[in-house]
Amino acid sequence: MTTVYWEEEIETLPRVGLESIQLKRLQRLVARVYDKVEPYRKKMDEAGVKPSDIQSLADLSKLPFTYKDDLRDNYPFGLFTVPLDQVVRVHASSGTTGKPTVVGYTEDDIKLWSGVMARAFCCAGANSGDMVHNAYGYGLFTGGLGAHYGAERLGATVIPVSGGNTKRQINIMRDFGSTVLMATPSYALNLADAMCDAGVDPSSLSLKVGIFGAEPWSENMREEVERKLNLKAVDIYGLSEIIGPGVAMECLKSSGGMHVFEDHFLPEIIDPDTGEVLPPGEKGELVFTTLTKEAFPLIRYRTKDISRLMYETCSCGRTLVRMEKITGRTDDMLIIRGVNVFPSQVEHVLMGIDGVEPHYQIVVEREGNLDTMQVQVEVSENVFSDEIRMLENLSKKIKADIKDYLGVTCTVKLVEPKTIQRSEGKAQRVFDNRKL
Amino acid sequence: MRVEQIAVFLENKSGRLAEITSIIAEEGVNIRALSVADTADFGILRLIVDDVEKAKAALKGKGFTVGITNVLAVEVSDQVGGLAKVLRSIETAGLNVEYMYAFVNKSGENAVLIFRFEDMNKAIDSLLGDGYTLLTGEQICAL
Repeated sequence: MTTVYWEEEIETLPRVGLESIQLKRLQRLVARVYDKVEPYRKKMDEAGVKPSDIQSLADLSKLPFTYKDDLRDNYPFGLFTVPLDQVVRVHASSGTTGKPTVVGYTEDDIKLWSGVMARAFCCAGANSGDMVHNAYGYGLFTGGLGAHYGAERLGATVIPVSGGNTKRQINIMRDFGSTVLMATPSYALNLADAMCDAGVDPSSLSLKVGIFGAEPWSENMREEVERKLNLKAVDIYGLSEIIGPGVAMECLKSSGGMHVFEDHFLPEIIDPDTGEVLPPGEKGELVFTTLTKEAFPLIRYRTKDISRLMYETCSCGRTLVRMEKITGRTDDMLIIRGVNVFPSQVEHVLMGIDGVEPHYQIVVEREGNLDTMQVQVEVSENVFSDEIRMLENLSKKIKADIKDYLGVTCTVKLVEPKTIQRSEGKAQRVFDNRKL
Repeated sequence: MRVEQIAVFLENKSGRLAEITSIIAEEGVNIRALSVADTADFGILRLIVDDVEKAKAALKGKGFTVGITNVLAVEVSDQVGGLAKVLRSIETAGLNVEYMYAFVNKSGENAVLIFRFEDMNKAIDSLLGDGYTLLTGEQICAL
């Protein structure tokens, strides 16, 4: 199979050429936000940096970070760089942890977004002949409409099915011949279970690839999804603050890692504690600067996502840097008795045990001065036994594997099937009941 | 010689046992014997019923985890020392019992002991050799 690019010239540009484009765009961006957005100007003045100080890409590190709180402090439109009459669309986060964060797009921003999403589809081997089953939620969440416009731009046929109504989704997949599935990985598993219950064999469907994102998921979960849905599962990355889905995308030839569309979104990896930029290949917090967005550009936005950047050449021919699959977020990282724990690590352990279901949740409590972590796992027929001893051995094995892999002692609670809530969007894995 | 037993996983939550037995009752399936083994977090309900397939389908349909296993039903006379005698015979044969439970059919007649052995074949040979009667599923249901 020959690789099909959406914008071959830019996707395969040698790094020197790419960096020259990035620098020009960065200089233009910094000058523009300094001129037009008061909060940016104030922050830059406080940091003692002027737009003219940006002479090389390395000078990026002189610029102050932008935090989610900056978005909230300027709610709703305070960081927009164009008048509202040029804004053709807004999206917003749910605001469950405070004020929602609002982002805006000009007409050209929407075109840019559709373009990077079309690139993402090409990375997954999709083309204009595909039937894209879009189970990302539509609405203020960027997933649904972002994927939708990208698929239309690609020339594919979009089924704007959105989340929920799982039985109907399966009928549609079967009757319409969906070839590309877009969903959160946890909803993909939900669909797989529902197919099993409905007696629909995934291999009788036309699905060939699933593009899964919007939440951290493990490599073992990837295998599970691929096996249960009989498709190739690839990872997509994006966040509404930067643009939505289509910031980075895994290609079919990459052995892990998503190509960052870095002619538009400039990535850095920093030490989340000190803010210092880390050398290539090191793991840390992802920071993005949007190079081309008009309505709502961001400079050095702290994503809280943990990743690393890989500059090695990919066999697909794209020269764009790859970011490693998100293994966790600085904010969903649990600290259990001083040990850093990401839910995706727990998931990785569980999926590595034969027969264990991918439905789990983590409950954290504080008893006295001690943190306790309980991992609840559903008992499927594959692991069930009529003997107490066998089930206790299963609990012990899960506990021991988590201890080995994470260095944390937990308790394991086996629960009845389907008692852990199924998600139709982002799964909630962690219930942290500690009152600190 | 072997009897099919249904095992159901249940969390220690109030009402679960009532729910399971109601589901079975609605299917018109009769329970002949049962035992519950429990730990702090979960339990296993084991049932001998007159229609295994029907009960299994009904429980699975309601989302329960169900397993079918083979057990032995040993008939002993319902009198003092009946259980002790068969257990001694099992011990002498070096058989490892995973679990057991018992029910009495009609007072003064026979009792039925349900056994799950690690080595079922060896257990069958040994018990038959010692002169015990092993009941079939049909026989239990006809009791």
